[in-house]
Amino acid sequence: MVEHFPVLVVVLSLLSSITIFIAGWISRKTPCYLSTATLLGQFIASLFILHHVMTIGPIHYRLGGWVPPWGIEYVMDALNAYILVVLLFLGLVCVIYSKRNIEHELPQKVVSFYTIYQLLITGLCGITVTGDIFNMYVFIEITCLSAYALIASRGKIALKASFTYLVLGSIGACFFLLGIGFLYSVTGSLNIHDLSIFLPPFYGNKVVRAAFVFFIVGLSIKMALFPLHTWLPDAHAFAPSEISAMLSGIIIEVSTYAFIRVAFSVFTVNFIKLLPVFEILSWIAALAIVIGSVLAIAQSNLKRMLAYSSVANMGYIMLAVGLSMSAARYPWSGLTPASMHILNHALMKGCLFLIAGAFIYKADLWEIKDFKGLGRRMPYTCAAFVVAALSMIGVPPSVGFASKLYIILASLEAKKFVFVAVLLLSSLLNLIYFWRVIETMYMKREEGTEHAHSSPVLRDEIPLSMLIPILTLSSLCILMGILWLAKIPTPILDRVNLLFGLVGGPG
Amino acid sequence: MEKRGGRGIEIMEWFIAKIFAKYNYWVFILLMMIGFYGIIMKDNLIKKIIGLNIFQTAIFLYFISLGAVRGGTAPIVDEEIIRKGYTYANPLPHVLILTAIVVSVATTAVALSLVIRMYREYGTIEEREIIGKLREEGMSQTH
Repeated sequence: MVEHFPVLVVVLSLLSSITIFIAGWISRKTPCYLSTATLLGQFIASLFILHHVMTIGPIHYRLGGWVPPWGIEYVMDALNAYILVVLLFLGLVCVIYSKRNIEHELPQKVVSFYTIYQLLITGLCGITVTGDIFNMYVFIEITCLSAYALIASRGKIALKASFTYLVLGSIGACFFLLGIGFLYSVTGSLNIHDLSIFLPPFYGNKVVRAAFVFFIVGLSIKMALFPLHTWLPDAHAFAPSEISAMLSGIIIEVSTYAFIRVAFSVFTVNFIKLLPVFEILSWIAALAIVIGSVLAIAQSNLKRMLAYSSVANMGYIMLAVGLSMSAARYPWSGLTPASMHILNHALMKGCLFLIAGAFIYKADLWEIKDFKGLGRRMPYTCAAFVVAALSMIGVPPSVGFASKLYIILASLEAKKFVFVAVLLLSSLLNLIYFWRVIETMYMKREEGTEHAHSSPVLRDEIPLSMLIPILTLSSLCILMGILWLAKIPTPILDRVNLLFGLVGGPG
Repeated sequence: MEKRGGRGIEIMEWFIAKIFAKYNYWVFILLMMIGFYGIIMKDNLIKKIIGLNIFQTAIFLYFISLGAVRGGTAPIVDEEIIRKGYTYANPLPHVLILTAIVVSVATTAVALSLVIRMYREYGTIEEREIIGKLREEGMSQTH
């Protein structure tokens, strides 16, 4: 039964998208419930898949029963089962949050919002489950097209942001397609497993190397790696908040997953050893961390600040990917820190963007300087913000601490002390820009209330359906941190390292 | 004299081997660069979309030329074709591009609808003017 889940996860979402569109004609209340139910089903299915992969082994699903090199194959191994769980979890949390927020922000577009949201989930699931590289391109485009539409849904400035993202995203996807074309012209295959078998004799070939470069550049645009991040701040800042959370927590992460898949499954470790690509990537990532953090300090708009912080966090993930070849000692060996930070960043940034959305929902507050007295008005939301912000800074035992610790240990092992300095500097910069927000929320009083501080504060919390997702994510920021430090989920990531032939593992 | 002539022929041969024999690749690179230029340099949003389309079409042409076989027929399973030993074109790149064309059409549709919305909002489709208007509103800090 579980063998069929990879395809069900994708098809369920696609069907639900159409169902929501039709159901929306009859009742405007149903779309949200349908979407939540679908995502819940998908999330449970993804847990089953992860369990199956960890206990029995990878799942291979042949679409239409066609044998792999000719037909499309969906492959679930430890890496994409893990990513699938992460993405569906955040998708579920965001959809619960969106019920009240979308009714408030886009009252005219509730039905189309959920229709496109399900398409977005379809695309994201598709990227993760597929074992065929052209299929991956199609799903990347489905994801991005729905993301463009969702970003633009607020109108005004979001339109410009969405257009910029569209142009850059299409260039990125075209580079990806060109890379596929080069690989196809050399090997005549599109199946990822097939490619990894056919490619080794051509590792010295210029066409294959050019293809690798096209994949890197194309996906770097999609994941907003530093010099190619220009589309990200506006798109993240002016989208509806749950979409900001999805964009920042999942969409750019899934592009990183696509990069890891292409680099390690299609080209394999032996190819990467031939070129100093990962060395260069880790330096670029270090630059991204510093510049992203510095630019975040310069922002006065909370969501833009968080968006620049995402640029820095993509730097963390790519730095960890860049170090994956040289770090061998358990438990920070291979891809463990990178995959860890994918989940951790999804939790932290998802939480922070949802909170930013809560401020906009309650009082239309965008600018940090307007947050005076919010700590008393919205105590739970602000407490969640503090937890997530401390996690971003890297206070133990939060998730941010766990991933920073692992990346620092990995860079120490690789003898790249500059990266250690970069990570510590970045924690310091994180402290500066998050402290500013916390200070404004708790320490500064609103004008005119200075004499009345003894009077009871008017509490004005967001509705429960928005508060619960926020509190869940913020408590997970601590809980997952403890779990990581206790090394409970690491077997999954050890399996990933084993899969790609990276050194490491317990004992 | 004779030596120089020999060198001339060499250059011609190189030229034929690299440029004429592989003209499809040159056409694809040229078109791609034209499209890229349009995306980067044009201020008009519609012209940017046209540039994007040229860029995508260049890649499609590359794929299509990959699948072409000189003297190949259409890839239809037919007794006579097999008996006479005809070669046929590789259908797979063409099918892939059919999918990619659909993607490209969808992208263009979304892009055009965004431009229409922006035109209604700002009354212009020149990027510089839109950015100027956004600055006036004080909502955008471009970096």
